[in-house]
Amino acid sequence: MAEPVVEFNNVSKTFAGQKAVRAISFRIEKGEFFSILGPSGCGKTTTLRLLAGFEVPDEDGGEVRIEGQVVNNRRPYERRLAMVFQNYALFPHLSVERNVAFGLEQRGVPRAQMVERVRAALDMVRLDPAQYGPRPPAALSGGQRQRVALARALVLEPSILLLDEPLGALDLKLRKEMQLELKSLNRRLGITFVYVTHDQEEALTMSDRIAVMDNARVAQLGAPAEIYERPRTAFVARFIGESNFVIGEVVATERGGVVVKRADGNLVAARGGEGRAMGETVQLAVRPERVELTGPDQAPGGQNMLPARIRQVVYRGEMLHVRATLGDGSEMVAAMRNEGQLRRPVVWQEGTECAVTFSPDDTRVLEPEPA
Amino acid sequence: MMELRRAWLRWLSRHPSLRAWSVMFPGAWWLLVFFMVPLGFMFAYSFMERNVYGGVEAGFTIEHYARFADPLYMKILVRTVVYALGCTVASLLMGYPVAYAISRSGPWKNLLVFLVILPFWTSFLVRTFAMIFLMRDTGLINTTLMGMGLITEPIEMLGTPAAVMAGLVYGFLPFMVLPIYSSLEKLDPSLLEAAEVLGAKPAARFFRVVLPLSMPGVVAGSLLVFIPALGSFLTSDLLGGAKEIMIGNLVQNQFTSARNWPFGSAASFVVMGVVLLAVFAYLRSRDDDALAGA
Repeated sequence: MAEPVVEFNNVSKTFAGQKAVRAISFRIEKGEFFSILGPSGCGKTTTLRLLAGFEVPDEDGGEVRIEGQVVNNRRPYERRLAMVFQNYALFPHLSVERNVAFGLEQRGVPRAQMVERVRAALDMVRLDPAQYGPRPPAALSGGQRQRVALARALVLEPSILLLDEPLGALDLKLRKEMQLELKSLNRRLGITFVYVTHDQEEALTMSDRIAVMDNARVAQLGAPAEIYERPRTAFVARFIGESNFVIGEVVATERGGVVVKRADGNLVAARGGEGRAMGETVQLAVRPERVELTGPDQAPGGQNMLPARIRQVVYRGEMLHVRATLGDGSEMVAAMRNEGQLRRPVVWQEGTECAVTFSPDDTRVLEPEPA
Repeated sequence: MMELRRAWLRWLSRHPSLRAWSVMFPGAWWLLVFFMVPLGFMFAYSFMERNVYGGVEAGFTIEHYARFADPLYMKILVRTVVYALGCTVASLLMGYPVAYAISRSGPWKNLLVFLVILPFWTSFLVRTFAMIFLMRDTGLINTTLMGMGLITEPIEMLGTPAAVMAGLVYGFLPFMVLPIYSSLEKLDPSLLEAAEVLGAKPAARFFRVVLPLSMPGVVAGSLLVFIPALGSFLTSDLLGGAKEIMIGNLVQNQFTSARNWPFGSAASFVVMGVVLLAVFAYLRSRDDDALAGA
C-alpha cells in the first residue's frame, strides 16, 4: 500500500483539562476526499486544526504525520497545506486578485508567473478574473467569496486542501452546487481533500471515506455506504440518517449473527455481534426504509416480525413515515415511498393493528458506546 | 405642554428632511455660540491694532502675522512642530505594541484598558508636577542613580528638550493606545490564521495583515496626539522652562502678561493652519496609499 498522505497516531489534545481529541488514529490516502463528520463539540475542528498546525498535540499526545514526516511542532506556514475557512477569512483590505496572490507572494513566486496563476485559479472556480479580480471582497456575494477563498487555496497547488465547514453559510441550492463542484475539483486535480462538516448528507454525498467523531473520539471510519449500512454504535446509527432501535438479550449466537429476545418475548435476528455472549443485553438498529408494514398475520417467513399498532402517518412529500407503537410502548418508524397510498383506503390507518417486519440482514448489532 | 409637543411632532412629520437637524440642534448651538463665534472674534482681532491695556483697537494690519518671519518666532514654531511630531512618533512606537498586547490578552483586556485610562483620574497639571519631582536634581531618578553609585553628580533633566518630550509623551500616550486598541480588537483572528496557512511568517503577517487593518486606529491616534501636542503649553512651561517655550506658551503670554491680544490671536491661527495642513497632508497620503494598494 502506498504511503498515506496524512497519518494521525494516537493524537490527543487537551484544553484546560478537557480532552478535545482523545487518542485518535487514522490515515488518509493520496487524492482521497476524506470527511470528518460530527456534531458541534465532538473534536472535529480541533482535529483539523491539529493537521493545519494551529494546535500542537499534547506532550504525550501521539504524532501527526504529513507525507511521512512528523509535523507535531511545525508551524502552519511550514506545512505547505492550503485551507478554506468557515467564514472565508478573505483579507478585507485587499482586492480579490491580491487575496488570491497572497500565498504566491509569501512563497516568492516571480511576478510574471503570479499574474498568470491568479488568473488561472479564478478561472478554475469560475469567477471572471477581469470582472471580479479588482473588486474588494466586500463587494461579492457569499457564494462568490467562497469561490475566492477556494481560488486562494488552490492557486498554491497544494497536495492537501483542508476545508472547515466551507459551505455552512451558503443557501441550500448553492450548497448542493458547490458540493458537486468540490467533488469534481478533487477528482480532476488529484488533491487530497480533508473536509470538516456537521452535515451528514453533505459528507455522504462527497466523501470517499468518512470519520464520524463523537465525544473526542473517532466513532467509526469507513466509506459512506459502509457507515450507513453498518453503523457501529448507536451514536453513528442516530447521527447518520435515522434508525430504529431494538433492545434484547442474546439467546442464540450463530455464524455472522445473533438472535435476541425482547422483554416482551419476541425474537429478533440480527447480523454482526461477534464475540457477544449468551445472556448479554445488546442494542440493535434497523433503518426506517428497511422496515415494512404488513397485516398482523401476513408476515413473510424468515423475517423479523413484531406486532404493532399504527400511531401516526407523517406525510413528508416523496416519503411517508409511519410510526407504529409496539406492545411494550416503544416505537418503530417505517419509511416508504409515497406511491399514492393515501388515496386508497389502506390497511395502515392510525389505530390499525399491524406487524412491522424487517430482514435480519438489515438489522445490525451495535457496540456499546465507549465511556 | 402636551399641546406644544404634539404640534412640534406634527411639524416634524411634515418636514422629514429637518429631523436630522432637530437632533443636531443642541450640540450645534453649543459649538456655534462657544466655539465658532469666539473664533470669529479672534480672527478679527488678529488683524486689529493692539491696545496696551489688553483688548484691541480698530484698524487693519497684517503685522502680527508678519512677525512670524522673525527668526525668534519661527524658531518657536519649528520647535513646536518638531516636538509635536516627535511626540506623535514616539507615542506610536510605544503605544502600538501596548495596544497590540492588550488586544491579545484575553480575559485581562478590560482591566488593562482600565489601567491605560487610569491616569486621567488625576489632573494633567498634578501629573506634570509629579514629573518635576521625578526629574529634578534631588528627584527620585537622580537620588536613586546616585544611591546606586552609577553617577556622582545629578543629571540635569529639567529644562531640556528631553524633559518636555517625556512630559508630552506621558500625557498623550493613552490617546494613541486606545484607538489602535479598538481597531486591533476588531481584527478577525481567522485572518491571521489564513495568512499563516498561506505561508506568511510572523513579520509578514504583521506588515501585510495586522498593520494595514489597524491603520484607521493609527490615523485616529496620531491626530489625537499630534493636535493637542501642538497646542500644549503646560508641559513645556513646567518641564522646559523659558528655553523650551512652545507656541502654546507664546499664545498664553500674549493674552496675559504681554497684553498683545492681536498677536496672540494671530499665533493661534498659525497653529490652526499647521494643524489643518498636517491633517490634510496625512489624509492625502493615506488616499494615495489606498490607490496604490488596490
